[in-house]
Amino acid sequence: MIRLQNIEKVYRTDTVETLAINGINLQIAKGEFLSIMGPSGCGKSTLLNIMGLLDEPSKGSININDQDVSKFSDQRLAKFRNEKLGFIFQSYHLINDLHVLDNVELPLLYRSSSAKERRQLATAALEKVGLSNRLKHFPTQLSGGQRQRVAIARAIVGNPQIILADEPTGNLDSGMGNEIMEILINLNRNEGTTIVMVTHDENMANKTHRLVRLFDGSQVQ
Amino acid sequence: MLKNYFKIAIAVLKRRRFFTFISLFGISFTLTILMVGTAFLDKVISPDYPDYKRARSLYVTTMELKNSKEGWLNRSDVSFYFLDHYVSTLKNVEMMAISSNARTSNAYVNNQKIVIEYKYTNADYWKVLEYAFSEGKPYTQQQIDNAEQVAVISEQTKKEYFGDAPTVVGKYISADNINYRVIGVVGNVAKTLLSFAGDLYLPYTIAKDDYNKPGLMGGFNAVLLAKSKADVPKLKKEFDQMMKKVPLPDKEFDEVYCHADYFFTSMTRRIAGDGKNTGMSVVVGLLSIFVFLFLLLPTINLVNINITRILERSSEIGVRKAFGASSKTLVYQFIVENLILTFLGGVIGLCLSVLVIYWYNDIEPIENVYLKLNFTVLFYSFIACLFFGLLSGVYPAWRMSKLNVVKALKAQ
Repeated sequence: MIRLQNIEKVYRTDTVETLAINGINLQIAKGEFLSIMGPSGCGKSTLLNIMGLLDEPSKGSININDQDVSKFSDQRLAKFRNEKLGFIFQSYHLINDLHVLDNVELPLLYRSSSAKERRQLATAALEKVGLSNRLKHFPTQLSGGQRQRVAIARAIVGNPQIILADEPTGNLDSGMGNEIMEILINLNRNEGTTIVMVTHDENMANKTHRLVRLFDGSQVQ
Repeated sequence: MLKNYFKIAIAVLKRRRFFTFISLFGISFTLTILMVGTAFLDKVISPDYPDYKRARSLYVTTMELKNSKEGWLNRSDVSFYFLDHYVSTLKNVEMMAISSNARTSNAYVNNQKIVIEYKYTNADYWKVLEYAFSEGKPYTQQQIDNAEQVAVISEQTKKEYFGDAPTVVGKYISADNINYRVIGVVGNVAKTLLSFAGDLYLPYTIAKDDYNKPGLMGGFNAVLLAKSKADVPKLKKEFDQMMKKVPLPDKEFDEVYCHADYFFTSMTRRIAGDGKNTGMSVVVGLLSIFVFLFLLLPTINLVNINITRILERSSEIGVRKAFGASSKTLVYQFIVENLILTFLGGVIGLCLSVLVIYWYNDIEPIENVYLKLNFTVLFYSFIACLFFGLLSGVYPAWRMSKLNVVKALKAQ
């Protein structure tokens, strides 16, 4: 499903060159739940961003569903992200000015769906994460765990094949973290969604199918 | 999608109220000035009382005699002789309204000085121009031929000179120590219509000076009424051909210029033109530069505020991009949001304009010039809103849409 070949990412300033990712080769199968671990600054999030087509590699190629996405235009990339990928971020990245329901609807705004259809799908996604009673709340009126559940609803509303989660439990206590993890495991098990998760938490990582460890930008496991 | 943009735009406006105030103040203040300015221009340029037949009219206002070798010239209004001797012979002229430029006389009523502006006209003047008579009627050709000392006065003069008298026809008004019998009273004319505004209108045959003195330059101007709108270009052409045959008055000059212009051209020629040039490009150019510069300052201010505001939303931009918004879609979103802000400013500006115009009409700084917001004014204001919104929205939107997603998400 996802194939990374010889991926390199170099950050350049006027004086310094930093190699963030160094020749990573990785294949992720359809329906797999993969976690990425490693110390801070080892390139986990960079790798996830490259997989999610949010960042460009300096070298190497990315294939998703047998398509070389490295050469996609901005317009085509946007469409691809919208249809195939869902994102969950550590700090939720909800839009505080919009209701929970509007936040969840956001990915559907960039598709040709009617307002009624969008509303139905967003409500169903929020039901899946147990937040059907918070539709008209603003994100600031919710707890951390609830916010992350809204973010998960937003990630799954468009029914993407792949979910990329960047430390989804990083800002939560263990109880909340476990709840979120449970939702992701169920998604993977019941819907067959491929999930790639960056985490610092060994316990969470152990619940996934496979673990990839990075150190200084290179894959060590 | 538009509903979503609208919600966001309103939420952003509520978020930083000081920025919102500065933005809305800048937009509404600028638009108020533009709307009041447009209302004034509309008053000056559009057909207005009593000159409603502009589509069929050409205006003869200026005579220019030039010595091209030495580079000097004489310019003034045209002579009655020129109008009577040459212009009246044109086949395409159905009627010609002749009037002199305004002269002033002082009258004293109850020890109070009244300045009376009077002008001489012909009989057709009252047919070409649609003055509203509240009482009496205009003087006839017969009365002009008989050089009767009769006068048509304005409502304002009636009030100032005769007080609250219900009717004044048949009474006498004194100007320059001559008593004129009032035969008609007409509605006041805006002071901006220099050729038509006056307090006292008199038959040209009773002018003190020799109105029919041969020569091209004098103190008169004319409105030439063509038979139909379609005949106006023919009349213009016929006038220009006639001018080629008009002999030079003396050897001092080697060129003579006089034109039958459309109303706006006659204005621009007086302001910035000469015998050869209409002055249109200068006047329109200067007006455009003024409007552009006037818009530029608040636009730059708005661009800066917009950039600051959008930067605060970099996380939102990152999220939208991650979930499928292309740069083009984001540009569209920010432009729509900015247009909402601008139109909100436009509505406030409209309300302010109504107040300013009400206040202007109340203090009447220019005599008989009353402004109003009509559809033309609203249309141009709408265009200004659109222009302003686009001008101040496009650059920040374009800049923000190019933001790198990862950097945008990290910025929170």
